[in-house]
Amino acid sequence: MNVPQNLLYTKEHEWVRIEGKIAYIGITEYAQSSLGDITFVDLPKKGAVVEQFKFCATVESVKAASDVYAPLSGTVTSINEELSAHPELVNHSPYEQGYFCVIEIKDASEKTKLLNADAYRTYIEGLAA
Amino acid sequence: METIVSGDLRKTPLYEEHCALKAKMAPFGGWLMPIQYEGIIAEHAHTRSTVSVFDICHMGEFMLEADPVASGLDRIVTQDIVSMPEGTCRYGFMLNEQGGIVDDLVVYRLGKTSWMLVVNAATTPADELHLKRYLIGPHRLTNASNDLGKLDIQGPGSTEALQKLVGEGVAKLSYYTFGKFTLRKENVIISRTGYTGERGFEVYISNANIRGLWQELLSLPGVKPAGLGARDTLRLEMCYPLYGQDIDASRNPLEAGLGNFVDFSKDFIGKKALQAVKTQGIRERLIPFIADSRRSPRHGFGIYVNGVKTGVVTSGSFSPSLALGIGMGYVAMPLDAGSKIEIKDGAVEISAAVAKRPLYTKGTARS
Repeated sequence: MNVPQNLLYTKEHEWVRIEGKIAYIGITEYAQSSLGDITFVDLPKKGAVVEQFKFCATVESVKAASDVYAPLSGTVTSINEELSAHPELVNHSPYEQGYFCVIEIKDASEKTKLLNADAYRTYIEGLAA
Repeated sequence: METIVSGDLRKTPLYEEHCALKAKMAPFGGWLMPIQYEGIIAEHAHTRSTVSVFDICHMGEFMLEADPVASGLDRIVTQDIVSMPEGTCRYGFMLNEQGGIVDDLVVYRLGKTSWMLVVNAATTPADELHLKRYLIGPHRLTNASNDLGKLDIQGPGSTEALQKLVGEGVAKLSYYTFGKFTLRKENVIISRTGYTGERGFEVYISNANIRGLWQELLSLPGVKPAGLGARDTLRLEMCYPLYGQDIDASRNPLEAGLGNFVDFSKDFIGKKALQAVKTQGIRERLIPFIADSRRSPRHGFGIYVNGVKTGVVTSGSFSPSLALGIGMGYVAMPLDAGSKIEIKDGAVEISAAVAKRPLYTKGTARS
C-alpha cells in the first residue's frame, strides 16, 4: 500500500500535504482501494471554512457514499475541478491528480494531531490483520 | 481480500476461486458472495462489450414432477405454463392471496410433466413452504439448491465462448429456450437467459463439476469473472427488479409495472386481489429515472415532485453505461416519461427525470 513519506494522515484515511501556509487535501490509497470505483465527488465550495476532523466532502462509489473529513482547519482557496468530470482520478492517482482541494491553513499547530507516514502505515496494517 | 466474517453465511463451491482472484466478498441473501474482482465499472463494461462469468450458485432450484393443471402448478405461477412448449422457459411470479409477490421466478419445462423452478436465494425456504402449501394431487417436489450450481455466461461474446466447450448446438438456442448439453461428462441444462440485458446463458451444473467449468471458462480468451456489483448495475440499467428491494410481499406485479408477466385469462393465486387493484386503480407505481448528474440516488431516498414528497427510491446506483445516476422507485402519482423529479436525502439533492424502460437500450439479450 502506497503511503508517501512527505504527507500527514488521519485515521479516517485522509492525507494532507503542507506547503508553507497552504495545504493539499485528499484521500489515501487505502481509502480509494476500499471504496472501489469512485463515481462522484462533492467538494466544498471555494471560500468555505473547514474544521479539522469535521465533514468537508462526500465521495461516492458505485455501492456507497462516504463522508470525508478535513485533516486541518482552514479556508478553501481552490478545488480540483477535474474531479467533476473525472472522479476516477481519485482511484488512479489519490495523492497527486486526485487531490480534493487546497486550503489556507488556520492553525499550523493542529498538525500534531495527525499521523506521520510510518504511524499511518502501522495503523492500516493493523486494520488489515 | 476483504472479508466480512459471519459464521452463518454460506459459501458457494467457488469460494476458494474467488479468494484466489482477490475478490471483495460480502453477504448477499445469506451467502458470502463475490461483489467485485478488478472493479464494478470494468466488469460492467466487459459484460456489455465482451463476455463475463458470474457465480450464481446461491440461487435456488426446485425440480418438480407434476401435471401442470392437476397439481395446481398453473395456479401457483402467474404466467400460463400449460401452453409452454418443452425446452422453453418463462418468467413470472408466485403471489400470495393478497396479490403480494412471494417471489419472481423462471419456470423451465423439462418435459410434459417435468419442471425446474429457479428462484431467489433468500426466498428459497419460503418458496418451498409456499409450493408445499399449494401443490395438490400426485406430484414430486425436490429442492435441488444444495446440489445444483449455476454459472451465468453473459455478454455479446457468450455464444462464441460457450460453444468452444459444448459445441455449436448452443448457438441455436433462441431467447428464453434451453437445451441439454454435455459438460465435464455431465448432462447439464443451458438456457438462453440472464439478468444483464446482454446475450447470455445460464448453465446448471452439479456442485461437483462447477469448479472445473469455472476454470475452463476463465481460460478462454476474452472471458473474465464478474461479481454481484456489476450484476446489480447491469440489471438496474435494464430495469429488471431485484426481489427484496424493488418487489416483495407488500408489492404486486401491477404496481411494479410487470403486468405483462401476469395472465388474467387463467386462474392463479392472488388473481382476485389483482383484479380489485385494476378496478380501484394502482396506488403506487414503480418508475425508472435518470439523474442529471453522476450523483447516485440510493435505496430509501425520497422522491419529490415540485417540492412535495411522492415516493421512495427502491434501487439506485451510478450507471456505468450512461455515466449518470439512475434508479427506480415507487411514486403515488402517475408520471410520464420526461417528468422532472427531485431525489432527496438530508443535504443531498439530485435532479432527475422519469425515463422509459429500459434505461440502457443497446442490450444484445434478444439479438
